[in-house]
Amino acid sequence: MTMRRLMLMLAIVLGAFGARQAAAERLVVSLSNHRVQITSNFVGEDLVLFGTVEPDPGKTVRQANYDLVVTVTGPRMTFRTRRKERVLGIWVNTTSREFVQVPSYLAVLSNRPFAQFANAETLRRLQIGLDNFLLPQRIGPDIADTVHDDPFRVAFVRLKSDQRLYSEISNGVTFLTPTVFRAAIPLPADVPTGTYGINVKLFAGGAMIAHTTSALEVIKAGFEQYVAEAAASNGLLYGIATTLMALMIGWIASAVFRRD
Amino acid sequence: MQIYLPIADVPVNIFLILAMGLAVGFISGMFGIGGGFLMTPLLIFIGISPAVVVASVSPQIAASLFTGFLAYWRRRSIDFALGAMLLIGGGAGTVIGVWLFTLLRAVDQLDLMIGLAYVTLLSVVGVLMVSESVRAINRARRGQPADLRRPGSHAWFHRLPLKFRFKRSRIYVSVIPVWAIGAIIGFIGAVLGVGGGFMLVPMLIYLLRVPTATVIGTSTILTLVTMTTATILHATANHLVDAVLALILMIGGVSGAQFGARAGQKIRGERLRLLLGILVLLVGIRFAYDLVVAPTDLFSIRLVKNP
Repeated sequence: MTMRRLMLMLAIVLGAFGARQAAAERLVVSLSNHRVQITSNFVGEDLVLFGTVEPDPGKTVRQANYDLVVTVTGPRMTFRTRRKERVLGIWVNTTSREFVQVPSYLAVLSNRPFAQFANAETLRRLQIGLDNFLLPQRIGPDIADTVHDDPFRVAFVRLKSDQRLYSEISNGVTFLTPTVFRAAIPLPADVPTGTYGINVKLFAGGAMIAHTTSALEVIKAGFEQYVAEAAASNGLLYGIATTLMALMIGWIASAVFRRD
Repeated sequence: MQIYLPIADVPVNIFLILAMGLAVGFISGMFGIGGGFLMTPLLIFIGISPAVVVASVSPQIAASLFTGFLAYWRRRSIDFALGAMLLIGGGAGTVIGVWLFTLLRAVDQLDLMIGLAYVTLLSVVGVLMVSESVRAINRARRGQPADLRRPGSHAWFHRLPLKFRFKRSRIYVSVIPVWAIGAIIGFIGAVLGVGGGFMLVPMLIYLLRVPTATVIGTSTILTLVTMTTATILHATANHLVDAVLALILMIGGVSGAQFGARAGQKIRGERLRLLLGILVLLVGIRFAYDLVVAPTDLFSIRLVKNP
């Protein structure tokens, strides 16, 4: 928690610093919906992020082409990636690696492949792309990210991508005019609930020139929320209620289909 | 039509779940069992996490068992004394089972345990049932009487202390093997999300020589209580019971069971047991296949902590 807050503060300070240094333009963004509600017929949703590149007062927008990266991170959770091996003829989970407080959802959207507008060092420093995003693992007593081709890291990113929870979309951002852009953020049906951070970075001439953040919230609503909350906070009562429901259904069936 | 399951956290097709409930309900009505051993693998197969499946199938089985219980109760074919003795063992078995379930989940071996237990149980029970019913069918063909109940043939465990006379079932046995059977079924039910009826009925018939008239009705007492206890314990200990999933399964299950029961009455007892034996064996082989054949993906992810 403390580390996260520290990182957040660092990000804010760096962001402010970066913006002052560039001092020519700033980003204004808005979401189509800041609060995504999961109801019983939720099958996923594409959120739209709109934004413009605004010149700072008294300055003009530079003529160069802009490039944009939008990184959306879901609530942080701890996952365990397990590897099966054959033991005595059957397949058993033998080794596992814990990914500590990593985003449960991670989407990296850009208007073209990152490698075309920034060098590898810049991408790594700014954590752009699934390969560069920090995914700390617990290795013995230490918590650290590994090289991006570590087998557990590769498997974790691949499995998350298969579930459509991690994605890297190099045509996810569209510039409608040279300064107005839109990005479609795909939220799959089983998107985790919680607060999502949105980080937008503007590039020109191979360097980041402006950056801004936004947030959205995914919540269970209505009946879904009621059931999930009851199960989590009132386990015993919920269990008894479910059991009574079962007995009721059994009794109704017996009464309806009774033949004697 | 897709519906979002609040605890499993996945959207499912409501009609697919209903159809699965109907199909398994049909089989459960036909054979007089809960059908958990079929429902659990089916739900895992469509992508619901095994832990949620095991916990949510329990209330569904309870619903179909309660329908059965009421029917047998009206026909007065339930031995309440025997049921109560089975319950004493069953309660202990269920508590230990839920505890082991929680422990195995923590050490990442729950899926393996469920797989291994299914293979072992289903193949053993399947082989026993098939061979017994084939013998019974052959006997019937040769015109010999069925010999399920041989008076005077007592195994060692019938002679243990604490003998008790179960009037309605007309048996006089020690309560120790009755408690043990209850405990085994309760334990298996909690860990595997099965009522255990498909094992309890043969155990009561072959080990305790309970007559066929009271055996199914009496067995529903234990399996019903085991499943309701398991529901409550899973809800309190693991928060994994998905009431929406359970409700859809129940509606399909209890309806299917009615048609199954009618179909079952048209088939002779030993033929029915042969069919059930083959079915049990097939599910066992399917599980064995998964354990032995190299998986398409060696890696899997599990959520450890959700702050």
